[in-house]
Amino acid sequence: MPSPSAAVTASLAPVFEPGFFSSGPVHVALAVGGIVAIVSAAVGVFTVIRGQSFAGHSLADIGTAGGSAAVWAGVSTIFGLVAFNVVAAGVMELIGIRRPRGRDLATGIVLGASLGLAALFLYEDTISSSTTGATVTVLFGSIFTLAPGTTTIVAVLGAVSIALLALLYRPLLLSSLSYDLAAARGIPVRLVGGGFLLALALAVSLSAVTIGAILSTALLIGPAAVAERLTRRPARAIAVAAAVGIGSVWIGTLIAYDSTVWLGGESLPVSFCIVGLVFVAYLASGLIARALPERRLERRPGARDALALPEVD
Amino acid sequence: MGSDADASRPSPPIGAPSATNTVLELDDVSVSLGGRTVLEDVSFSLEAGEFCGLIGSNGAGKTTLLRLVLGLVTPARGTVRTPLGGRGPKIGYVPQKISLEPDMPLRARDLVALGLDGHRLGPGRRGPAQRAAVDEMLEAVGAARFAEARVGNLSGGEQQRVMIAHALISRPRLLLLDEPLANLDIRAGQEVVRLLAHIAAEQHIGILLSAHDMNPLLPVMDRILYLAAGRAVSGSTDEVVSTETLSRLYGQRVEVIRTHGRVIVVAGTDAADPTHDF
Repeated sequence: MPSPSAAVTASLAPVFEPGFFSSGPVHVALAVGGIVAIVSAAVGVFTVIRGQSFAGHSLADIGTAGGSAAVWAGVSTIFGLVAFNVVAAGVMELIGIRRPRGRDLATGIVLGASLGLAALFLYEDTISSSTTGATVTVLFGSIFTLAPGTTTIVAVLGAVSIALLALLYRPLLLSSLSYDLAAARGIPVRLVGGGFLLALALAVSLSAVTIGAILSTALLIGPAAVAERLTRRPARAIAVAAAVGIGSVWIGTLIAYDSTVWLGGESLPVSFCIVGLVFVAYLASGLIARALPERRLERRPGARDALALPEVD
Repeated sequence: MGSDADASRPSPPIGAPSATNTVLELDDVSVSLGGRTVLEDVSFSLEAGEFCGLIGSNGAGKTTLLRLVLGLVTPARGTVRTPLGGRGPKIGYVPQKISLEPDMPLRARDLVALGLDGHRLGPGRRGPAQRAAVDEMLEAVGAARFAEARVGNLSGGEQQRVMIAHALISRPRLLLLDEPLANLDIRAGQEVVRLLAHIAAEQHIGILLSAHDMNPLLPVMDRILYLAAGRAVSGSTDEVVSTETLSRLYGQRVEVIRTHGRVIVVAGTDAADPTHDF
């Protein structure tokens, strides 16, 4: 008679194809993907609140230049991604002014310059026979071919990004609402904004390692957008976004792994699976939000105005 | 912000109230922005418990004056004093524009709580005392009913109440509001004005509220600070809102028409009137 655990394993066999849990690259992928999902979710919620999705997307594209430059220089892509994104965030902050339009302009200028560099480095990488595969790796990620040491680097940089966010939490919320309001409270608004851009640059870099430079926005904005629909509190939004992010990354990784067996040798790109799941979660959240009673229950029933004030005229 | 420990401060004008109750004092303040003089020789003082309307058309310098009081603009000349004493934020501020997306995950009560500790580092944990303070303040501005709602989903009048609660929860003695009636319908505007008059008297707070139309404020204003072309005149409504005073301020003939308890200021018909005697 088979043991219960063997029965469970047998019943899950069609879901977890052989070797999923014993594969080294899968372990690295799940660890790195999990960390990246949490960091992206937390930073993403603030990116959406602050209306800086364009900056997030631009940093993702700028990462293309960083990643391809790293390949050209023969170092790990993560160093190129972090270096380019942090410098770009710094330049954006320096030339950006506090009005959102000025901020977009600064972002656009830095983005344009970086894409020019990306064109140069990707061209160089492509014509050199030793790095022909780099374009796909940089643009669409390489979660199954990460070096084991990557986990440590991603964990450290992810922790820096989260710590920065935790430190700036309340001033960041306040300055997102109004520059003057925050400044009047003695908050160094530009310093806080610059600190957030640094956290954003790190999050986008980490995300780019996992699902590729141009897709990293999906992991940043998608889970945050889902969370925004489902909860009303910033802290809960971060928790929901993290859950959506981790779920998408892990299930996406599993689907991509299994697809090798299903499709008889061929496989689905893991980035496609992850981003697809994020999008499905977004569509589902619209339906769930409509079904939730919370929007209707937001207001307590009762008198129109709880406060009885004397009439003045 | 203007210095408040300097011996060089000019003595207060004759008839000025005693310093103990004064929450704001401007002495001959001029402000230049980008080479242009925005405010010129403005003198003004406000007492705790007083409701003052800061009246002027668009571009008259209302926002600049409020930012000056907040210390966000440095005066070219003159001094700004806010002798409020104590620690912590003693000036409450309700800015004209706050960026609130409808879906932003932030409840009305979260925004009010940020008035308590929004300048502190770290995510922070709020205990029962803080929660009670937030509840009390939401109640005081008549916002308890929608405390759990997303701020971005509230109407303009409801958002104003929440912003007023945000500004008041740190117990300031001076409250500045930048065009709080600008985007409200008449009824919501009246409710906000009544609320503020109630707060000024009840909590003994000096209120300086900017508006381009003085009429909604006429029943509650103790004083008026009227700005035109960067220059100011202040006093009681009757003193300031007169054909003579405003003609002098504008540097051209204007007429003040009072009808059905309302005030209308229009350009005068006699352009040649020699009122340029200031």
